Amino acid sequence: MSSEKVALARPAGDETAYTTCYMCACRCGIRVHLKNGKVRYIDGNPDHPINKGVLCGKGSAGIMQHNSPARLTKPLKRVGPRGSGEFEEIEWDEALALATDWLGDIRTKDPKKLAFFTGRDQSQSLTGWWANQFGTLNFAAHGGFCSVNMAAAGLYSIGSAFWEFGEPDWDLTRYFLLFGVAEDHDSNPIKMGLGRLKSRGVAKFVSINPVKTGYSAIADEWVGIRPGTDGLFAGALIHELLNADKVDWEYLTRYTNAPWLVIRAPGKPDDGLIARDHDGNPLLWDAGNQAERSALEEDARPALVGEYRLSDGTKTMPVFQLMAERFLDDSYSPEAAAKETGIPAADIRRIAAEIAEAAFENRVELDIPWTDWAGRRHEKMVGSPVSMHAMRGISAHSNGFNTCRILHLLQMLIGSVDVPGGFRAKPPFPRPCPPGPKPAGHTVKPGTPLGGMPLGFPTGPEDLLVDPDGTPKRIDKAYSWEHPIAAHGLMHMVIHNAWAGDPYPVDCLFMYMANMGWNSSMNVPATLHYLTDKKDDGSYKIPKIIYSDAFYSETVPYADLILPDTTYLERWDCISLLDRPISGAEGPADSIRHPVVKPDRDVRPFQDVLIDLGVRLGLPGFVDAEGEARYPGGYPDYIVNHERAPGIGPLAGFRGEDGTENCRGAPNPDQLQRYVDNGGFWRDEFPHDAVYFKHANRSYLDYAHNAGWIPNADRIVMQIYSEPMRKFQLAAEGHGPNQPPERDRERVKTYFDPIPFWYPPFERQAAGDDYPISAITQRPMHMYHSWGSQNAWLRQITARNRLFVHPDMAEDAGVDDDGWVWVISPFGRVKAQIKIMHGVEPGTVWTWNAIGKRRGAWGLDRKAPESNRGFLLNHVISELLPAREDGYRYANSDPITGQAAWYDLRVRLEACTEAEAAAGQTEPLFDETQEPRLAGPKDRSILRYGADMKESDTGSASATHREWVGNRQENSRFGLPDGHGNQIRSGQADKGEDA
Amino acid sequence: MTSLPTNGSGVKLGLVIDLDICVGCHACAVNCKEWNTGGHSAPLPDSDPYGADPAGVWFNRIHTFEVVSEDKKDSRTVHFPKSCLHCDDAPCVTVCPTGASYKRPEDGIVLVNADHCIGCKLCSWACPYGAREYDPDAGVMKKCTLCVDRIYNEALPEDMRVPACVSTCPVGARSFGDLGDPNSDVSKLSAARGGYQLMPEQGCEPVNRYLPPRPRSAAGDGTGEEKSLAAAAKDKGSLISKWLDRVLSV
Repeated sequence: MSSEKVALARPAGDETAYTTCYMCACRCGIRVHLKNGKVRYIDGNPDHPINKGVLCGKGSAGIMQHNSPARLTKPLKRVGPRGSGEFEEIEWDEALALATDWLGDIRTKDPKKLAFFTGRDQSQSLTGWWANQFGTLNFAAHGGFCSVNMAAAGLYSIGSAFWEFGEPDWDLTRYFLLFGVAEDHDSNPIKMGLGRLKSRGVAKFVSINPVKTGYSAIADEWVGIRPGTDGLFAGALIHELLNADKVDWEYLTRYTNAPWLVIRAPGKPDDGLIARDHDGNPLLWDAGNQAERSALEEDARPALVGEYRLSDGTKTMPVFQLMAERFLDDSYSPEAAAKETGIPAADIRRIAAEIAEAAFENRVELDIPWTDWAGRRHEKMVGSPVSMHAMRGISAHSNGFNTCRILHLLQMLIGSVDVPGGFRAKPPFPRPCPPGPKPAGHTVKPGTPLGGMPLGFPTGPEDLLVDPDGTPKRIDKAYSWEHPIAAHGLMHMVIHNAWAGDPYPVDCLFMYMANMGWNSSMNVPATLHYLTDKKDDGSYKIPKIIYSDAFYSETVPYADLILPDTTYLERWDCISLLDRPISGAEGPADSIRHPVVKPDRDVRPFQDVLIDLGVRLGLPGFVDAEGEARYPGGYPDYIVNHERAPGIGPLAGFRGEDGTENCRGAPNPDQLQRYVDNGGFWRDEFPHDAVYFKHANRSYLDYAHNAGWIPNADRIVMQIYSEPMRKFQLAAEGHGPNQPPERDRERVKTYFDPIPFWYPPFERQAAGDDYPISAITQRPMHMYHSWGSQNAWLRQITARNRLFVHPDMAEDAGVDDDGWVWVISPFGRVKAQIKIMHGVEPGTVWTWNAIGKRRGAWGLDRKAPESNRGFLLNHVISELLPAREDGYRYANSDPITGQAAWYDLRVRLEACTEAEAAAGQTEPLFDETQEPRLAGPKDRSILRYGADMKESDTGSASATHREWVGNRQENSRFGLPDGHGNQIRSGQADKGEDA
Repeated sequence: MTSLPTNGSGVKLGLVIDLDICVGCHACAVNCKEWNTGGHSAPLPDSDPYGADPAGVWFNRIHTFEVVSEDKKDSRTVHFPKSCLHCDDAPCVTVCPTGASYKRPEDGIVLVNADHCIGCKLCSWACPYGAREYDPDAGVMKKCTLCVDRIYNEALPEDMRVPACVSTCPVGARSFGDLGDPNSDVSKLSAARGGYQLMPEQGCEPVNRYLPPRPRSAAGDGTGEEKSLAAAAKDKGSLISKWLDRVLSV
């Protein structure tokens, strides 16, 4: 027997800091345990509202991100040709002077010649405001590539949206539909929710996804749908529910615009608009009085179907009937849907029946009295316990906006938005549909701020940023007739358009944390061409490129000036309600990052640099009347003292001079310390009667108005019929002063339907029979963005990707398991090694996204699998659709929002020759780039992280072991209290479970 | 040869892993790695970490595979986390020539005393589960310690006094406790869900339990059930007429 003395009581470190993770977009609270100033261990903060103590594989690998070998170490100025990676190191003074020189010149002459595009940064309320003060309308972030279809469809329909602006009611739902890949948005809350949902044992989880991995692997039912057909599937569910009269009439009448009257006057300029009274209030038809009246009065009893002639003779019909007629049509029958989706009609019928059963025969009733918008008291909160979630699998298609609106329509029909067991909005949402403000940028003047935030929500053609002839004003053509509701901009088009000078050239492209020269482009070879192409005089077509990143990504070699950023453990940040909320359905929350370790190299937090540049450029807002810095303390100073509106700043917690005010209050000089002391976050809980029916809940609406989230405390009516869409469509029909160019007329007329509809993705229409296979991607749950491969631990899990292929397809292509194929699209081909998989829709291939890396990037060895066998499907995606008859090529994007449609990709497979396969390498491969001086270990042959952290026992006497049950709800049936892990929730055990 | 404890306390600390909800996210594996690389067995080295063949010491690994039905019409994607199962009858202990490999009498945790380990790898050959992890850099065998340096550790906040893989698991698929006590929460959980030992035929009496996937919820796929909603009217026109009566207050 060994006589080992085991150290049972060593502390985790000598210091613990509470901050916020940045290993993905989830923004979990973390504890960073430090030992001798080094990071010993990172785990989840058990008190944090997002993750409640859990932490995913990415977050747990934060140590290796912080110690990445790809960390930039010093500002860099390009000396070789673009793409070579030849830089010289310069001092910050020189770097900032150079940037100020370039940017100042642009601002004096024509501020729109600066295109400022950021990636997945979490400081868009600062970066957007900076663009506004600079005076350029050419600002956007990553959303146009990622999720704008979800955000826009939600905000124009239900006033909240999937992912960031809402969440399923995991504890009470009885039927959960997950559409498409969602493993990364958001990461931990969905995992925690699925664990709880499944452990309750009474809910059914249906995953509609072409691929059976991750969450789909634990679904009760996997519906292996063809990519891009989800809208038709959901439309067929609506067809079935309507046909069977299984809709929530009360909910539709009270909370949606189903009863609003639509003008029926074909050919007239008001055809299809909502009928309104003299005050502009929408009208309904009161079936009691048989007369029109304002829809905003509380005692109406409206008709939902019928044809009604108003007192002025106008013919109208309620929204509900228009919607019902569309979805009752045979084109949405289960049989019709089966042909396109690949889902048997019987399964569609069964799922519709199950939804109806869950929604109408298993209603959840909570004994929570509440008061509605009209002052009426209700004794209970009653809901249809059917919930849904969707993200990129819906979003990244050219029909994503309409598809997502169909999902929201389905939710409204069964009465499951913001009800017990349904989908719940997260503050500061819901907001009016759509919320304000509108995009700024109608006029751009030298040396002058834009006068508003560049991104916003248009409600009609007059809000478009176009010249009188329809020419787009923005470089990415957002808010033009091509993409009128491009609420997040089109990051994926800026490089192409800047190169093409379409609609005009820019002088400087300024990017932050966006790997737009690699996996955050639509097509890599083309993008690299645009970045390096020259004019006749030998100068680059995109004259200046400034880039800020913490790491040596593939994009860095293409920039002229590099401003090196810190890692997430080395800086201040705020995760703001003005930007992307981390709230939960039961209360608002925000959080901070603070420096828990000091940088060991000459880098600066980008937000500090941006504020510094603002001062150097003399941007209003960044300097006072004397031209002195308004926030001399940099970003933390800004976070505390900046006010967007009186009393409203980046952080909502601990406001007021004594830190006792929430949401609204004077700046508090101790605010950041209060956040640090509180574990890095703040949250508030709504009054008990405000947690559901937020659209129409007096208690909630008053709270939200007081917090500054909504302009008034009026109820928010969900929009089955979107009048803004109809306004664009009317213009395309020839009405009004703002007319689309002829080229865009049919397109706007077709896709701006006020009632959502399904159409096949564009690329499927264009690619034709030669490219019969859908090709999609997803991220592995342990990786995010392109960051994962520099991480010594995560790349041991995935260092290369395969093309996953159904056995029947492999047989058709004549390729065996592990064989090599060419993946061929109309735009190019990429070589990949396959893996046969049964759990994939037979007409679809898929792979892990962003694993493929360029040789020389990310501090990896030249022989790294990522850059020899890892591949990107981006190599065969185009940022443009094929030419139309008139030769014009639209962006490969949603026609409404401009969302990049990278999941539309169509390909065919060809087996590689023996010689090609024997090479054992992917193609295309790109030239290797040189590596500047990077941080990271000198000896890259072995890592012994933690070797110096093992010490002798210094702790106190041993405790007794304790038990931990991962999902206590599992055990609640035999007497254990409810809760996650060891966190037992008091007083909430199984709320409403058996109601 | 090393003896197993004969005067054990009866306490059998171990894990219960729920295969019904494991989504294969690798959180447990990575969090284990980061705790343990600075913990009792520090470090857990990684060779060629940025090169062609990165390979490190991990105490917990996730295996993902497909199980395909005989008719090949159905498949299940399985995520299977695996670490040391802290066997009652641990062949990795009895095979050890130096006594380095041992099972703690007080709680049943199987550990390796690195000072006595000669790196002969007999234990890894003996373990039917492949759960041992050789550290080629130090030349010693390492393995899951069940976070013995956390579970009794009063220097840590209470929520941390469980194995790292357990407290970090986002879906809550991992539970920890005394499987020697039939009344413990984990024993009750295992009993209620039909928890099973991995490869019991090996006779190692592993302590850890796996919970099998639940039968899929009613009307899941594969039931063949034909359920559908009855049409409420004979055609669209009469359906809409019927709805004329649907008048409710706003």
